Amino acid sequence: MTEAEKKPIKASEIDPTFKYEIAKMHGGEKLMRCFQCGTCTSDCPVARFSDTYRPRQIIRMAQFGLRERVLSSDTLWLCAACFTCTDRCPQDVEVASVIRVLRNLAVEKGYVQQVFKEQGASILESGYAYKIPDLRIKKRESLGLPPLPIGNPESIRKTLSQLGFLKCIENKGEKSG
Amino acid sequence: MRKVAENKYLIFLGCAVPYRVSGYEISARKMLQKLGVELVEMPEFNCCGLPMDPVSHEMMLILAARNLALAEQKGLNILTLCPGCAGTLKKVNKMLKEDVALREEINRHLKEAGLEFKGTVEAKHFMQVLIEDIGLEKVKNAVVKPLTMLKVAEHNGCHILRPKEFIGFDDPEDPKTLKTLIEATGATCLDYMDETECCGAPSVGVNDKIALQLARDKLNHIKSVEAQALITICPFCHIMYDTNELRIEKMFNETYSIPVLHYPQLLGLAMGIQPEELAFNDLRVDSSQIIKRVAEGVK
Repeated sequence: MTEAEKKPIKASEIDPTFKYEIAKMHGGEKLMRCFQCGTCTSDCPVARFSDTYRPRQIIRMAQFGLRERVLSSDTLWLCAACFTCTDRCPQDVEVASVIRVLRNLAVEKGYVQQVFKEQGASILESGYAYKIPDLRIKKRESLGLPPLPIGNPESIRKTLSQLGFLKCIENKGEKSG
Repeated sequence: MRKVAENKYLIFLGCAVPYRVSGYEISARKMLQKLGVELVEMPEFNCCGLPMDPVSHEMMLILAARNLALAEQKGLNILTLCPGCAGTLKKVNKMLKEDVALREEINRHLKEAGLEFKGTVEAKHFMQVLIEDIGLEKVKNAVVKPLTMLKVAEHNGCHILRPKEFIGFDDPEDPKTLKTLIEATGATCLDYMDETECCGAPSVGVNDKIALQLARDKLNHIKSVEAQALITICPFCHIMYDTNELRIEKMFNETYSIPVLHYPQLLGLAMGIQPEELAFNDLRVDSSQIIKRVAEGVK
């Protein structure tokens, strides 16, 4: 638990609608089933090496409606998305997907890490999440590899044009978490 | 519905393979060609969508569906080298096939670029293609030089197996496919502690120390059973163990010197393909002892 998360909970912090909002999103549907057994945390490979990342606690904070606390928390970004918790949850909660829903909501609030903006921008520009060095592209022929398929940025942009996240990628000056 | 061609696939390279792991691509293409698999290049490329899932689930869905729609136009199933790509494409394929409302929503986005998802193709990781489409017998028959002199360990990685509900391949708690395919080469595949644990790669960039601790933990277990090499089937897992092995050794004051091979390199050797053709030079950790053992047939 981080210091900020140890602070006493004030009634004014609690938003009882938060859990319903999560439950409406893909992967968040079964949030309310969690009975806090702790299987997710005890089987989590990241929790083994982290003093702060506890999936069970994140789920509880979400159930309680601690919207701002959970969305602004850095620990939310430590999940490695290995899906062990999801596969082992006795209540069938898609724990990793609930965490992904929370991350998506955090991004809408402006808490987005730079690495995702960069990867998003790279996909829009070239189709690839990383900028493939020119040298590597040129070297393919001498390695006996066919030319690298190229992206179609115009078409990619068209399919993504209705998304709010597009604005977030393009607004590089926005608040980052 | 158009019939999908057999033994012919659209190869989906993903982003990590062309960015950093060309040895995987080189060896996989050699191995698949020798097994009679025909590979067609993607007409155009965009990321499978997985890296964008944490920030926008909808963007992930659209990017994945776009690739599936392109493959449908070609009338070919997708073969990937990266389990992350395979997992994402499979998951989205299943979601859009089963959820009509979601499919309609995603198709509204695709329509902006004149594309449509219909749900007529499949996406598979090459390992699934080997075991389900080509078949174990054919893989075994292709072995001309059994690697009985090698004792190795395997690392499946997460996204080839999890989440089980969407992937529906092998048993995430006790996976057997990679072991079976390793044993098909004649090599012994050793069991070790916490075999199914994550390599840590997704935490790189967020918290490098935790990521490297995860990889170190696994390398410790692999070392303790005296594996001569570690076999992977994922570009990210390979980067964690091979590219980062030296970094882990320095950071935690450990010594491993465990070569990390892509499975196609191992099978390729057993099929009699020369190490130079299988991009062994591309590996960061010295693999000369493995090549020597195979060449001399020494146990």
